[in-house]
Amino acid sequence: MIKGRAIKYGDNVDTDVIIPARYLNTTDPKELAAHCMEDLDPEFKNKVRPGDIIVAGANFGCGSSREHAPIAIKASGISCVIAETFARIFFRNAINIGLPIVECPEAARDIKDGDQVAVDLTTGEITNLTTGKVYKAPPFPPFMQELIKLGGLVEYVRERMEV
Amino acid sequence: MGMTLTQKILAAHAGLDKVEPGQLIMANVDLVLGNDVTTPVAIQEFKRMGAKKVFDRKKIALVPDHFTPNKDIKSAEQCKIVREFAYEMGIENYFEVGQMGIEHALIPEKGLVVPGDLVIGADSHTCTYGALGAFSTGVGSTDMAAAMATGQAWFKVPEAIKFVLKGQLKRWVSGKDVILQIIGMIGVDGALYKSMEFTGEGLASLSMDDRFTIANMAIEAGAKNGIFDVDEKTLEYVRAHSERDFKVYKADEDAEYSQVFEIDLSNIPLTVAFPHLPSNIRTFDEIGDIPIDQVVIGSCTNGRLSDLRVAAQIMKGHKVHPRVRTIIIPATQKIYLEAMKEGLLEIFIEAGAVVSTPTCGPCLGGHMGILAKGERAVATTNRNFVGRMGHVESEVYIASPAVAAASAITGKISSPEEVIK
Repeated sequence: MIKGRAIKYGDNVDTDVIIPARYLNTTDPKELAAHCMEDLDPEFKNKVRPGDIIVAGANFGCGSSREHAPIAIKASGISCVIAETFARIFFRNAINIGLPIVECPEAARDIKDGDQVAVDLTTGEITNLTTGKVYKAPPFPPFMQELIKLGGLVEYVRERMEV
Repeated sequence: MGMTLTQKILAAHAGLDKVEPGQLIMANVDLVLGNDVTTPVAIQEFKRMGAKKVFDRKKIALVPDHFTPNKDIKSAEQCKIVREFAYEMGIENYFEVGQMGIEHALIPEKGLVVPGDLVIGADSHTCTYGALGAFSTGVGSTDMAAAMATGQAWFKVPEAIKFVLKGQLKRWVSGKDVILQIIGMIGVDGALYKSMEFTGEGLASLSMDDRFTIANMAIEAGAKNGIFDVDEKTLEYVRAHSERDFKVYKADEDAEYSQVFEIDLSNIPLTVAFPHLPSNIRTFDEIGDIPIDQVVIGSCTNGRLSDLRVAAQIMKGHKVHPRVRTIIIPATQKIYLEAMKEGLLEIFIEAGAVVSTPTCGPCLGGHMGILAKGERAVATTNRNFVGRMGHVESEVYIASPAVAAASAITGKISSPEEVIK
């Protein structure tokens, strides 16, 4: 079970604001985290606490394929991203590197900045602990659950190569 | 129910007779692509997977194009990681500065994609090769690593939106205006998780360069891929660039689409996307006087020879506005050379523009034309997000090479008709 405080953003949060290209000359997660969300919310790096949950609108992570975006978010201590929808490459990248994401339009719209939120990835259940309201997101298909259970695509491939 | 063009290619590469939307498949890839930003992460993941060699050293292409020629020490280190990996693994299609070009212009030019291929690339604009009737999509670095190790990638079979094209484009109107109009119509997530399939009699009038531009920006509507029917123009292009055998796939007559749009090319106007989304489009009756500080003509979207020809046709005999820095970036070395032989570069330089070696540079705010606070650029690139080309308070207006060239001369966002009567 994931629990954390919501940090709320709007629609179309793109990878250029999640991690601007001027910082893409490194792959170090700590360095990337130091600039996470910088062009959208310069205060993010000061206010984020381990376990916090990003809650956003439609098309989260649109734009470039840079895996540096979910890496920066994960390295900032974010435990989960809840959005109305995710851009598809960001969706793949988050699954592949083990950043939990949940697509739930209703929860994404209702949850307010600062609310305490709990997420159960196995059932897809999201609870707003501040208001008591419960939301149900569709759980991941079995193939992705297997990927997530193994810890991401690296582990999945490692297992297949050993066979 | 029949299959769409995308579904047919996915089924063939997964060894299946039939696939359905939503189905998860593991498919063989014909080409895996990476650049200097995404490949270093992929190499780390490749090693973490315990992989010792790549699945096929002919089917991987590494193109350091984003921050090259190396813009700073950190970028140089990243490029070095890519270079050393390429030599260690014996990767045949590693393109060093000197042979290098912007990946999505270079890969088709080198004949590395043919119709019916399945291509993944750790760059979102990998969808460009759909112009050739291939399934081609952007992925992240970990996907790239897994595909370099195993030759496979997982996909969720997409639904499709069909665009039936008819008519012919008017003078100065290009593929860029077509795709901007489509993105304006369906929105930046209008094709989320879906394929965009382009068909219809209007196709015949679109050049390959127009098709590359349209497929290139499918991602800007959230699409998984954009793909064109293969016709005589495609076959001519492929035969001129590749010696590989290929299979041409066609959508079934009874394929299902989530939406179908009919687009009359003769109704497409010159279009500009205002900050800060590619869907925020305006036409010239709505634009007014907007002074600009910079023009960029280039990128994987619009740095091809026909783009430079149009720009030169407009700039010939004119001078760029003294307040506008005008940066022209041929997308590959071959395009650069041909533009030189045709005299296009001379026209640009005479007009007061600079001509750069191929690089993605300014498009993503990397180098070679970064904007200061409050500055505005008209660019033939593909994204105008907050801070995309520099300062968080700078602005990018996306347009065609014709509009960008005209704007460079007048110093404000302008239609080519303002320069060439």
